[in-house]
Amino acid sequence: MKTFDYVRADDSAGAIAQTADPETRFLVGGTTLLDLMKLNVESPARLIDITRLRGLDIIAMSSDVIRIGALAKMSAVAAHADIIVAAPAISESLWRAASPQLRNMASIGGNLMQRTRCTYFRDPGAYPACNKRIPGSGCAAIAGINRNHAVLGTSDACIAINPGDLAVSLVAFDARIVIRGAVERRVSVDEFFLLPEQTPHLEHRLAQGELIVGIEIPRTPALKRSHYLKVRDRASYEFAAASAAAGIELEADGKTIRDVRIALGGVATKPWRLHAVEAVLKGKTLNEATLRSAAARSVEGAKSSGHNAFKIDLAPKVVARALMTAGGIA
Amino acid sequence: MSRKDESELDRRTFVKIGASAAAIAAAEITFPGAELVAGEPATAEQAVLGSRLSRTDGPLKVTGRARYAIEQQLKNLAYGVTVQSTRAAGRVLSIDTSAAKALPGVVDVYTLHNPLKLNRPTLYTKGGGATEEFTPLQDDIIRFNGMHIALVVADTFEHATEAASLLTVVYETADPIVDINDPKAQPQLIETMGASWGDAATALAAAEVKVDVTYTTSREYNVPMEPHACIASWEDGKITVWEPSQWVGGARSVVSEWLGIGIENVRVISPYVGGGFGSKIGAHPHVGLACAASRQLGRPVKVSLTRPQTFTGLGGRPATRQTLSIGASKDGKISSIVHESWNETAIDEVHVEACNNVTKIMYATPNFSSRLSVVPVHTVMPGWKRGPGENPSAYALECAIDELSYALNMDPITLRLANWADKDPSNNFPWTTRQLREAYTAGAEAIGWWKRNPKPRSMREGRELIGYGMAAGAYPMIRTASEARIVLHADGQIEVLSAGTDIGTGTYTILAQTAADALGVPITTVVVRLGDTVLPRSALAGGSQQANNLTGAVQSAASNAREALLSLAATDPKSPLAGSKVTDLIFEKGHIRPSRRPGSGISIARLLKAVAKGTLEIDGNTFAPGATESMKNGADRSFAQLKGAVEGGVSAHSWSAQFVEVRVDEDFGTIRVKRMVSAFDSGRIFNPKLAESQWIGGMIMGLGQALLEEGYVDQRDGRIVNANFADYALPVNADVPEVHVISVGIPDMQASALGGKGVGEIGVVGVAPALGNAVFHATGKRIRSLPITLEKLA
Repeated sequence: MKTFDYVRADDSAGAIAQTADPETRFLVGGTTLLDLMKLNVESPARLIDITRLRGLDIIAMSSDVIRIGALAKMSAVAAHADIIVAAPAISESLWRAASPQLRNMASIGGNLMQRTRCTYFRDPGAYPACNKRIPGSGCAAIAGINRNHAVLGTSDACIAINPGDLAVSLVAFDARIVIRGAVERRVSVDEFFLLPEQTPHLEHRLAQGELIVGIEIPRTPALKRSHYLKVRDRASYEFAAASAAAGIELEADGKTIRDVRIALGGVATKPWRLHAVEAVLKGKTLNEATLRSAAARSVEGAKSSGHNAFKIDLAPKVVARALMTAGGIA
Repeated sequence: MSRKDESELDRRTFVKIGASAAAIAAAEITFPGAELVAGEPATAEQAVLGSRLSRTDGPLKVTGRARYAIEQQLKNLAYGVTVQSTRAAGRVLSIDTSAAKALPGVVDVYTLHNPLKLNRPTLYTKGGGATEEFTPLQDDIIRFNGMHIALVVADTFEHATEAASLLTVVYETADPIVDINDPKAQPQLIETMGASWGDAATALAAAEVKVDVTYTTSREYNVPMEPHACIASWEDGKITVWEPSQWVGGARSVVSEWLGIGIENVRVISPYVGGGFGSKIGAHPHVGLACAASRQLGRPVKVSLTRPQTFTGLGGRPATRQTLSIGASKDGKISSIVHESWNETAIDEVHVEACNNVTKIMYATPNFSSRLSVVPVHTVMPGWKRGPGENPSAYALECAIDELSYALNMDPITLRLANWADKDPSNNFPWTTRQLREAYTAGAEAIGWWKRNPKPRSMREGRELIGYGMAAGAYPMIRTASEARIVLHADGQIEVLSAGTDIGTGTYTILAQTAADALGVPITTVVVRLGDTVLPRSALAGGSQQANNLTGAVQSAASNAREALLSLAATDPKSPLAGSKVTDLIFEKGHIRPSRRPGSGISIARLLKAVAKGTLEIDGNTFAPGATESMKNGADRSFAQLKGAVEGGVSAHSWSAQFVEVRVDEDFGTIRVKRMVSAFDSGRIFNPKLAESQWIGGMIMGLGQALLEEGYVDQRDGRIVNANFADYALPVNADVPEVHVISVGIPDMQASALGGKGVGEIGVVGVAPALGNAVFHATGKRIRSLPITLEKLA
C-alpha cells in the first residue's frame, strides 16, 4: 500500500478545490476505498476526509421530494421513519446491503461510488490484466470464474457487476444525484452510471473536482407502494444473485396498474431500469400471470459468460416476485 | 440456577479473573519459566464433573484480555510477510528484490536466491509431527498457486507489506492439473485403506432393488476466526514459538527438525487458540519461515498470514467424489454395498480423506467393497477439517440410503433400523456402546418426523416448499495416553498442569471440574495451566480425544495426590495426624481424617503448612505400567501411541442422528434452514453446556458445507479466486435457525477412563446429508453435489 497524505476538509468548497488533482479521493466511511487501497487497486496520493463537512447528513422530506445528504449514513437512512413510510424500497435496499457495521460507517454518497466486487479486478497481483484498472489490458473474468458477473449491459471488454442495492432503488424511482463542482448540477441516477462498452474504467459522470452532495428522490404513489427484493444463497451479508426494486400505483378500481417502476440489480453492469417491462404493465390488471409474463422481458439482450447463466433464469422470477409483493399479491 | 443467580455469578467471576489476567499481563517474558503460562481460575463455588459450568476462559476472551500468539509484546520484533506464487505449476526463474530492499525499514528478503535453510520435517504418518513435508524457498519448483515463494522482513508490518508488493517474479509456467475433474489427473489407489468382505459385485448384480449414485463435495476451508500467525524468538541457541496450536508437542518436534536443533531447545506456547477445526494440528510452512528468519536475524519475527493467504498457506478439506451402489431386497435388507472414492491431494504429497469410515460400519451388510484413491493436483496439501473422512463418508452414504428408502417406498428410519448392525460389520467386533436407536427416537420425536408427509414436494407454506431430512453419523473413538500434574499449594490453591491446548472447547473448565471433583475441593481453588511444552506431555487436541485423554490423566494425578497426602499425614513427624496408620486415614472433601473419628479433619493446605511444605507436586498419567520415556515422548510428539476405535477387540464410536427442516423458495431455489435437531451419543458428558456448544458449532459448520462453502478454482491457473470472507460464504447469524441438541449417551467405560466418548467432531457428521435429503423432500430434486446453491435447484 502506497504512502498517502491525509487531509481533513472543513467546508465543501475547500474540499472540492483540493480534488482537482486526479490522484485525490474523498474519504467518508472508507468501506470500499480503504479495502481497495490495501489490495493495491486504488493508490491515491491524497485522501480528503469530508466527514466533518456540515449540513451534508440531512434526511428531509417535502410534499414532492425526499432529500438525503451525501454524508448520511446508510443505517440512518434505512431506519428513518419518513423513508420507511414514503419510500419502503429505499429503506429495504439499504437494510439488505452489507452488514450492520458497514452500514454504520458507509455514507450514501460513498455507497453510490462503490466499485465492483469482480474478484479479478480486486486481485491485481495475480491478474494484472483488467480493462477497468488498466484500459486495454484485457479481462480475466470473461473466461474465468464468472458466477457473480453481469449478464446485462456487458461488453467484450468487461462483465463486472455494479454491486449496489441502493442505486437499484434509486434508478427505479428516477432519483437525481446532486453534484457540486464549479457549479451545482443534477444528474439522474440512470445517466450517472455508464455502461462499460470499450471504456470500463469510466464508471460514472462525476468529474474530478466534483463532489456528490446529496440525492433527491421524487415522491410518487409508486414509491410509497414499493419493495426491494434481494435474492442470494446466504441469508444476509452477501451480494445479490439478483435483486429488484419495484413500485406499483393502482387506479381507483384497486386492480388496474396506473404506474409501475422496476429496476434490476445483481445482474447488470449498472443499475438496470426495466422501461420495457413497465410499458407492458401500464394499464394492465394486476395479477400474477400478467406480472410473470411481463417480467420475462427483464432479461432481453442478456448474455451468459458460463457460470452466470443462472441469473438469466433467476432475474425474471425476482422481478415478478418483487412486483407481486409491491402489489400485495405475493 | 436462576438467570439472576447466573449473572451474579458471572459478575463475581469476571472480577476474579480480571485480577488474575492483570497479574499475567504484568509478568515479564522470560525463558525458560512458567510465569507466562496462562492460568484460568475456575468460576463457581460448587461444581462437579457433569455440571453446566460456563467456560472459565470466556470472560478473558470476550473482554479482549486473553493474549493470543501474535499479541505477545516482544522487544525488537521484526515483521515477516510472505509472498505467494500466482502460478500453479512450473518454476520460479528469478525474483528481483531490489525495489523491496530499497524501501526504508526492510531488513531482508528471503527467496530461493537467498534462502532460509529449512530441513524437511517428518510426517505424522512416518513417526513425526508434521502434516506436510513441503518446506518453502528450498527449490524453484512451483507446486500450487498461492505457494510461499518469498519472505519479506521489515521493522513494521506496513513496511513489510509494501515491500512484498514490489517483488518482480519471473516464472516459467507449466500446464497445471487444476482439480479433481481435470482430465490430465492420474488417480492413485491407496490399497491399504480399502475394505471388503463377501462378494459385493455378485450380490449387487443379484439385488432386487439398487441405487447407483455419485456424490461430490467441494474444496472447503477451515477459516478459523484467528488466522494462522505466529511469533518465533531465537535466543542463545534456543527458540520459543508462540503459535496457535492444537498440538504443541507436534509443533515442537517439527520446529526442531526444520532448524536441525535438539528438541530440548524448542519451546512452543499456545495458551489460547482462536479456532482450528483441524487446521492447527500441524505447524504449517510459514511457521518454519518465522523460525528460520528469527535465527538468521537474531531477533523475534512475527509472521501472520493474511486471510486470503490462509486459503493457500495451508489446506482445507479436499474436494471429494464418491460412487456408491447399494443393493437390497424388496423388504429393505441391504445385501451389498460397493463404494469407491477419490479425493484431491497435493501434487507430490498424499492426504487421504477416508471416505469409507462410516460407509463400512453403519449398516449390516453381508457383502461390501470399498476402494479409496487420491488424485494429485496442483493444490496446497489438503488437511483435516472437522470430521475428516467421516464427514464426506456419511454425506454420500446417508444420501444414498435416503435414495434407497424412496426406491423401496420405506421410511428412512425404518430402513436404517431394518439394517441395524449389532456389531461392527467391518471386523465383527462388539460395539462398546451404540445409543443410535435412542438417538433416532429422540431426534424424530423432537422434530415431529412422523407427522410429516413423506411424499416429495408435498408440503408447503405460501411460496416455500417444506422439507424434512435426516441422516446418521459416526466418529471413531481415538485415544492417546497422556500426563498431568497437580500442584498443591500451602495457600490452598491447586494447580492443574498439562501441555494440551484448549482450542475453544472447554479444556480449562472440565479439567478444573475433574480435579475439584476428585479432590473434593471448591472449584474456585483450582487453576488450570495449559498449552506449553514445558508442561506435562499431552497428545493433540484433535480427533475428539483430548477431553477423555486429559480428564483421565488428571483423575490419575488426583488419585495419586490423595495417596501422597494420606502418607504425608501419617508419616511426617510434624503432621497433626503423625503416628496414624495410613490405612486408618481417609481423604474426604479435601480433608484428611481418621476413618473412625467423624469430623472435618485437616485440610490439604493445613497439612502442607504443618509439615512446612510450600507445595506438593503430584504426577499422574494414563500410560500402561512400564511405559518407557520413549513411549511417553512418542505420545506427545507423534501418533505412535495413538489407539484407534477397535483397540482391545471392541469397536468404540460416537454416534449422531441429525434431523432438519428446510424451506425452499419455489421460484428462486434459495434454501433456508428452519430447524435443526440432533441427538448424540458421546458417552458420558463432562459438561453439558460445553458439549452442547461443540455439537451446535459442528452442526452450523455442516450447514455451511451443505449450502454455501466452495473454493472456486480458476480452471486456467488453479488459483482460488474467492479466498476471502466476502466471496467464500460461511453461515452468518441470519442463516442459523433454532438448534436443538439432545444427549442420549451413557457412560462407556470401555471407551475411556471416565466413560466419555468424542464430542467435537461428531456434531458435523450427518448434517450435510440430512440437509440434502430435506431439500429432496421439499423439492423432489436430488442434488448430489455440495454446496447446494440456488442454481442447482433452478
